[in-house]
Amino acid sequence: MKKELNTIKSTGKMIILILVAVVQLFPFFWLILFSLKSNTEIFDPEKILSLPEVWHFENYSMALQGGSIVRYFFNSVLYSVVTVVASGLLAAMAAYGLTRMEWKLKGVVAAIFTLGIMMPVQATLLPLFQVLDATGLRNGYLGLMIPYIVFAIPMSIMVLSSFYRSVPRELEEAACIDGCGIFRTFFSIILPIIRPALATASIFAFMNTWNELLFANTFVDDEAYRTLPVGIMTFVGEHSTNWGLIGAGLVIATIPIVIIYFILSRQIQTSMTVGAVKG
Amino acid sequence: MQKLYSNKLYIAVFVLPAFLAFVCIGIIPLFITGYYGLFDYDGIGEKTFLGLQNYINLFTNDPEFIKAILNSFILAAASLFIQLPLSFILAVILSKGVKGEGFFRTIYFVPVVISSMVIGQLFIRIFNSEGLFNGILGLVGIHTTQAWLADTSTAFFATVVPAVWQSIGYHMLIMYAGIKNISPDYYEAARIDGATGLKATMKITLPLLAPVIKMCVTFALVGSLRAFDLIYVMTGGGPNHASEVPATLMYSNLFTKGIYGYGSAQAFFIVFECLLFSLIINRIFKRAEDNASMI
Repeated sequence: MKKELNTIKSTGKMIILILVAVVQLFPFFWLILFSLKSNTEIFDPEKILSLPEVWHFENYSMALQGGSIVRYFFNSVLYSVVTVVASGLLAAMAAYGLTRMEWKLKGVVAAIFTLGIMMPVQATLLPLFQVLDATGLRNGYLGLMIPYIVFAIPMSIMVLSSFYRSVPRELEEAACIDGCGIFRTFFSIILPIIRPALATASIFAFMNTWNELLFANTFVDDEAYRTLPVGIMTFVGEHSTNWGLIGAGLVIATIPIVIIYFILSRQIQTSMTVGAVKG
Repeated sequence: MQKLYSNKLYIAVFVLPAFLAFVCIGIIPLFITGYYGLFDYDGIGEKTFLGLQNYINLFTNDPEFIKAILNSFILAAASLFIQLPLSFILAVILSKGVKGEGFFRTIYFVPVVISSMVIGQLFIRIFNSEGLFNGILGLVGIHTTQAWLADTSTAFFATVVPAVWQSIGYHMLIMYAGIKNISPDYYEAARIDGATGLKATMKITLPLLAPVIKMCVTFALVGSLRAFDLIYVMTGGGPNHASEVPATLMYSNLFTKGIYGYGSAQAFFIVFECLLFSLIINRIFKRAEDNASMI
């Protein structure tokens, strides 16, 4: 009797899990379906869930035509990679200073960085827009990279600081006795040790930069410097009636990140929730 | 060693680049926004000092803004009372070890890694008069051509759906990690006392998870109050301001209408509101966390 009850319970649980999994994936399944259809088939209510009668793969080649999407893609890669490298280095050094070195104001400085984690970035939008405009950085790679790098720093500092605290000081003391200067100690001993934490911080910074919309939409008008999210948004605007083509554009924009996600799923899951778990 | 690690020059070299960059780009603009909020300012002409008038007008003279705040509260309520409980249930089931634990975790997290722009565009089409939602309604016998995002009475709710849907996996994973951190000894002790299943979940998991749930509540609430991306992509605040939230109103005031002074006041209010609610949540959870430490 008890055994039967347990079977019912675990079956019930399994049904819930599968149901939610379907709800989470079904919109994407439908997206792929209509990205391969023509408008007449998409708008036929009888065929809303059926496979395409004719597979319109040309939607994909049309979406890639002209190379704009490819350009946006490589722009996004550039923004994200530069952000990861620059913010990683700046944060690694600052976090080192905040956890290892002895100075009076370090509590205050750490608190200011912590503030940055929860801050609504919208509130910096107008002043940043004005400064970037006045300095001529707006509408260029730097105009977007600088804010991205800076706003990636607080979270990276938090991740790295908690890792530094778990690294024993003996290594640095030994290096010091061997006459190794502080910079050499940092770059050739510390940096290699903190690689796992750097990876976590990097993935977090990468995902946020890759998906960012507000700054990218405000600081860049020029097509040449556009990011993938903004580029796809304008692409959708230009082809607003051709759903198949739009669908293909959305799938193309999503596939790279999904592939990376399935390769690094565990690592990405840890990285993206690190703020909440460590906080 | 001691001397080396308290050398002021070295400290400056390590900390100052990040700190100065963050203060200049992250902190000072925040205060400039608050300052602009004190003026009648269009970005080109002279600033006229208004004192707190803009901030007062937000509440006494701007029904659109009040509506936007109420919308953000609805979004927050949906996150707190639909999204988080669902995430919690999933986290409890998954963390107790079921077949395909890792598989489900990976699937639930997929929407989290996809850009809000793509999610927004996709849900525009799902809620179209000929979209997936009406299609599924048709399959169960409810035939409608309702354009959910074009109707002032349904547009906002149609933006709440993807917002709740997208982050279920995010909160689930945070809670899942939290539950995995609870020592099995607690459950063992509870089992000896006769508490298993639902009872153990309510008496042990939930209270011990208080710090984690606090984080989830804070993220869900603050995220709702400052929500922008999905709504901007899906409706832009329309139709006829029906789905406006404070951030979309602020954005159109600043970058479409060029009302810098008033728009800045709205931006600064969002910061203040987020800070205030974070503090309130901290207060509320203080007791729960004290209780947890007594278990």
